Amino acid sequence: MPGKILQAHGMNRCIGCYSCMLACARVVNKSYSPRYSAIQIRTRGGLQSKLTADICRGCLDAPCAAACPADALLPRPEGGVRFSRKKCAGCGDCAQKCVVQVIYFDERNCRPVVCIQCGTCVRFCPHDVLSMEVRSNA
Amino acid sequence: MLDGRPVRVLLIELDKKRTVLEEREDLKSWLGGVGIATCLLKEHLLPGEDAFHPGQPVVLAIGPMSTVYPVVTKAVAMFKSPLTGELGESYAGLRLAMSMRFAGYDAIVLKGQSAAPAYLTITPQQVQFNDARGLWGLSTEESGRILRQLSPGSGHRSTLRIGRAGEKQVAFACAVVDTFRHFGRLGLGAVLGSKKIKALVIHGDLNIPITNPTLYNQVYEKIYKQLVETEIMQKYHGLGTTGNVEPLNALGALPVRNLQASSYPEAVNLSGETLARETLIRKIACSGCPIGCIHIGLFRRRFGLDHEHEYESLSVSYDHELVYALGTMLGFTGHRQVYALIEKVEQLGLDAISAGVALAWATEAQQWGLLSPERELLVSLAFGQVDPYLTALDYIVSQPTEFYQALSRGTWAVAKQYGGTEFACVLGKNEVAGYHTGYANIIGQAFGARHSHLDNAGYAIDQELVSKSPATPEEIISRIIREEEERNALNSLIICLFARKVYQLPLVSEALSALGLSWTTEDLSALGQKIYREKMALKKSMGFQPEQVLIPARFLETTAIKQQLSPEKMEQLRRLMVEKLSAITLA
Repeated sequence: MPGKILQAHGMNRCIGCYSCMLACARVVNKSYSPRYSAIQIRTRGGLQSKLTADICRGCLDAPCAAACPADALLPRPEGGVRFSRKKCAGCGDCAQKCVVQVIYFDERNCRPVVCIQCGTCVRFCPHDVLSMEVRSNA
Repeated sequence: MLDGRPVRVLLIELDKKRTVLEEREDLKSWLGGVGIATCLLKEHLLPGEDAFHPGQPVVLAIGPMSTVYPVVTKAVAMFKSPLTGELGESYAGLRLAMSMRFAGYDAIVLKGQSAAPAYLTITPQQVQFNDARGLWGLSTEESGRILRQLSPGSGHRSTLRIGRAGEKQVAFACAVVDTFRHFGRLGLGAVLGSKKIKALVIHGDLNIPITNPTLYNQVYEKIYKQLVETEIMQKYHGLGTTGNVEPLNALGALPVRNLQASSYPEAVNLSGETLARETLIRKIACSGCPIGCIHIGLFRRRFGLDHEHEYESLSVSYDHELVYALGTMLGFTGHRQVYALIEKVEQLGLDAISAGVALAWATEAQQWGLLSPERELLVSLAFGQVDPYLTALDYIVSQPTEFYQALSRGTWAVAKQYGGTEFACVLGKNEVAGYHTGYANIIGQAFGARHSHLDNAGYAIDQELVSKSPATPEEIISRIIREEEERNALNSLIICLFARKVYQLPLVSEALSALGLSWTTEDLSALGQKIYREKMALKKSMGFQPEQVLIPARFLETTAIKQQLSPEKMEQLRRLMVEKLSAITLA
């Protein structure tokens, strides 16, 4: 989905089903585990509170890519990054430099879980919470 | 289990603060869920001992498809029930199955008794035994809030906790799972209370790589589309289970005022449509379920008469069974009173169905003069009056009189002591669910393995039969048993039963195949039969005698779907079921 980045404008409609997380883990990261998803849905304080989405905000000239010494993360012109798992050296600098702290670094496998702005999570959201949009200041 | 690996069982010995991790090849032939839980219960159970004996086990289990496929979201708990004295089996959703899956445990067995109040933190790496003295006595909400602060893994954990009812070993105390779901029935909360376990926090963040991504994704997407793009699941997301209130009332199948009636005009005020229009503020889903059937209503309550413009707002999860047990059974005509009672049972950690039915029985017992408001009840109960019921719920937990001590052991126990068994809405010592549809519903609950309407859905069989020519007793009994066997197959996975029309056995077989597990539809049917028989044998070892099951007169007095039930036909069905069960357990 070129030219667009993930947005979660409809979080008030989110039912916390984790379909988005499971889709990212399943399709992108080949894992059953929703922890291995670049989008993370959380409560703000238990299930009586509102839900929130921790997502890549699609930075222009992304700091995570700038921090990568192996060129595994390359900035997309429309915001966010592309990720080459093969090139990744497993240093974890990207996770540390993420402005909104949403890159999960898997210490066991020494690999980050990075959003590649593919829109898979959007495809599996049953409640119109997520969307792919052109960055407002692109 | 998943990908053909052995079943991983975490055994926790509470008295020794010791854990053992077992890798069980032998359990693979039981698939998962209720299959492996039945085996583990049998292995650790002390069948002749009391439900609160320290050596009794509590088993939690998930299945091979848990969280891996959509709407496979439930975990099962098995234990000896303090309410019935025999098989305890209950299901709960939200984040528990997911947390167990990614903590790496297919089953967890608790044994022994903690020396002091404790809560357990269970992660892939370890089990921590934590001091819970500061939590003992707290409500389910407050203890949940503290545990969230103290524990790791937001979004990937589940918190199972008991309230004061569990601590005081009320026989129908529940265990609350993640605020809005419960192991509601048959007293798991009391068994945990007897073990001095306030809570379990399970945190799961393991990576489990997919072995056959292409095939698995194909099957996943096929199931997902059926769930979200067809009408099959719409009713559960739309109005939710309270969508049943109005149709059941119109049919004449909604228990009202301790089943003195089976419909009433005011039910419209408690219908799914009314609750949605006036109170619904959001819906929530279990992890991995795109449907979202958990309906949350806004309960706005004024502080008191001295505070003219002061209100508190509470979120309550409403379902058909709660609206029935704490609403129609108690003669309420508006949601505010029902929500006040829901909030109360939630905080105390009581099973809503058993609590409501117990109060309905007590109200009628007072009307008949079997109970005195001054001597036994300490409050005067009346249908439609909320404040005395709120007080009585507190008394069930605090047990200030001998009567409330008896009531805390369940409706059947108290009615045996004080009289009034004929109008106790109880089958197999378990308080009944919110349907009065006819013979199959009554026989199904009276003889189901856990005396639940969900054992075999007799209420659905009755509704199907109404529109058809009269079924023979043999047909009714074989339909009930067949349904229960099939549900045991689904519960070994553990699929939410709301999705049973999507997860037909051929699709289940295909889904398992994509995980590297070879189970034909015939294998699954045979497994369902095997589990059913094993559970019935286990019940018998705990003292269940089918021939002793009584059907209180009230079930026959009140019309079901506008028909008067015949005592002769009921007796014929009862005898036939007893014969069938004897043959099953002897085989």
